[in-house]
Amino acid sequence: MDVLGLYNYWIVIVLMMTGFYVVISRGNLIKKVVGLNIFQTSVFILYISMGKIIGGTAPIVAPGVTVYSNPLPHVLILTAIVVGVATTALGLALIVRIKEAFGTVEESEILQQRDDA
Amino acid sequence: MIAAHLPVLQIVVPLIAAPLCLLLRRGALAWGLALLASWAALAMSALLLSQVLSDGPISYALGDWAAPWGIEYRVDSVNAFVLLIVAAVGAVILPYARRSVAHEIPAEQHSAFYTAFLLCLTGLLGVAITGDAFNLFVFLEISSLSSYVLIALGRDRRALTAAFQYLVMGTIGATFIVIGIGLLYMITGTLNMADLAQRLPPLGQNRTVLVAFAFLTIGASLKLALFPLHYWLPNAYTYAPSAVTGFLAATATKVGVYILLRFFFTVFGSAFAIETLTLQNLLVPLAVIAILVCSTVAIFQDNIKRMLAYSSLAQIGYMILGIGMASPTGLTAGIVHLFNHAMTKGGLFLALGCVALRVGSVRLESMQGLGRAMPWTLFAFVLGGLSLIGVPLTVGFISKWYLVQAALEQDSWLLAAVVLAGSLLAIIYVWRVVEVAYLRPPPAGTSAVREAPLSMLIPTWILIGASIYFGVDTSLTVGVARQAALMLLGGAP
Repeated sequence: MDVLGLYNYWIVIVLMMTGFYVVISRGNLIKKVVGLNIFQTSVFILYISMGKIIGGTAPIVAPGVTVYSNPLPHVLILTAIVVGVATTALGLALIVRIKEAFGTVEESEILQQRDDA
Repeated sequence: MIAAHLPVLQIVVPLIAAPLCLLLRRGALAWGLALLASWAALAMSALLLSQVLSDGPISYALGDWAAPWGIEYRVDSVNAFVLLIVAAVGAVILPYARRSVAHEIPAEQHSAFYTAFLLCLTGLLGVAITGDAFNLFVFLEISSLSSYVLIALGRDRRALTAAFQYLVMGTIGATFIVIGIGLLYMITGTLNMADLAQRLPPLGQNRTVLVAFAFLTIGASLKLALFPLHYWLPNAYTYAPSAVTGFLAATATKVGVYILLRFFFTVFGSAFAIETLTLQNLLVPLAVIAILVCSTVAIFQDNIKRMLAYSSLAQIGYMILGIGMASPTGLTAGIVHLFNHAMTKGGLFLALGCVALRVGSVRLESMQGLGRAMPWTLFAFVLGGLSLIGVPLTVGFISKWYLVQAALEQDSWLLAAVVLAGSLLAIIYVWRVVEVAYLRPPPAGTSAVREAPLSMLIPTWILIGASIYFGVDTSLTVGVARQAALMLLGGAP
């Protein structure tokens, strides 16, 4: 198997697992959102990689060019990026409200307060 | 002319109405518009279902771009049924929402609430109607993002953390689904579900296909809160505003189950999912654990909303059990339970919303003696509870009847026993409420509680009434579910 030739997919996997681990392991809500972002970004790279054809150019008909990259995954991932931005914005907005209501963004401290309430 | 464009209007009408609600600013006007849009959506989904039942599946090319390239909306008996469930619940809950929302949400946020509600409705309808895998993800995110907002609107500050928790879990689930879809596109070069269904079987057990399948299964399971992935659901349902809990409990998880059905049986095909991968060996045990554990946990909850949330998890277990048995009867039971549980649990949460409006709390101790103070609300709750238990003449009985039948067809006495054990556990948790509400005197020194307003009682009773009516006359529900099950197992998209 050509390991080095697929290096972009290795980057995807490393980023994906990094992001996923950050989401699971960190108690700070901001860090969770950061992890979520890294996780989503890895998927963006996955889609962008699969559309790229080595030696291919942008999908615009031009004389002397026969190999084009596939634009569809790139367009798809634009949509997913928008979704990701919306999720991040909403997540951060919720964190602002949580900070107002609980006075902290640490999950453990929030849980303690919930037990008191 | 218009009839030919029904599939797209089903989505476009609520989608356009949503931002208009925000522009109207006044809460009452926004509510009126949302109500019109949701009733229009219900009428359209009913027309679509009748068209599908008489003429077979409808295919609609969005923007007139032909199917494999453009986005195709494909309505068959499975998703026409899901569309009807979602649209019907939306249309019933909006009249209810007016008083409930006025009570629970500050006035300046009302128009925003109805905007988010309509967006959520749009997203859920969109997931159900689309025949394009990536479009499904987009609609799923529309519905999810708006449901995070709706949950965060709850009065309790814990609604915020519940919404955040759901946001994290939901985003992970949705991202898993995109990864799965991306891998499928990589190997087949198409996003159209019907196209995928044709191109996947020749690939056999290709590594990419297997990984895609795993990602899609887990992503969808997160969304529908299958047992080990259910962590977000109880908090989200407990702290969300009453109308939102009713809506999400009746629709969101059902659409999640639909995604699972669609990918298992249409895209990958039952031959791949069931015969090759023997997925039932995974789904059935998880469903059994969900039924037994979540029903047991429900017994120990003092917050009735949380109790019903755990009961929802158990009911999702029943649906997955039906799907996991993968026989025509089992699948029929799973699909019919989608409808039945939507009616029952929607009605129960609405009845609780009435209690929240008049009493201000949904904890068990605050419901003492309510049976006399709010007879209609509590009677609706009892009927809904009977349906959860599965007493004959309620829809819960119909679901369990078919589930037990499916289990016995496979000579699996154990599964039949699990279904019955779930019912016994349901008796206990429903009885706790009945006992407190009917057999205990109202606490002394509290002001008299009045019956809930008609605008909330009627929607509650429509859902509860439906869960009685369809328990007696099953020709529509079971008929459609059986047709849908046969179509899914037949392998034809």
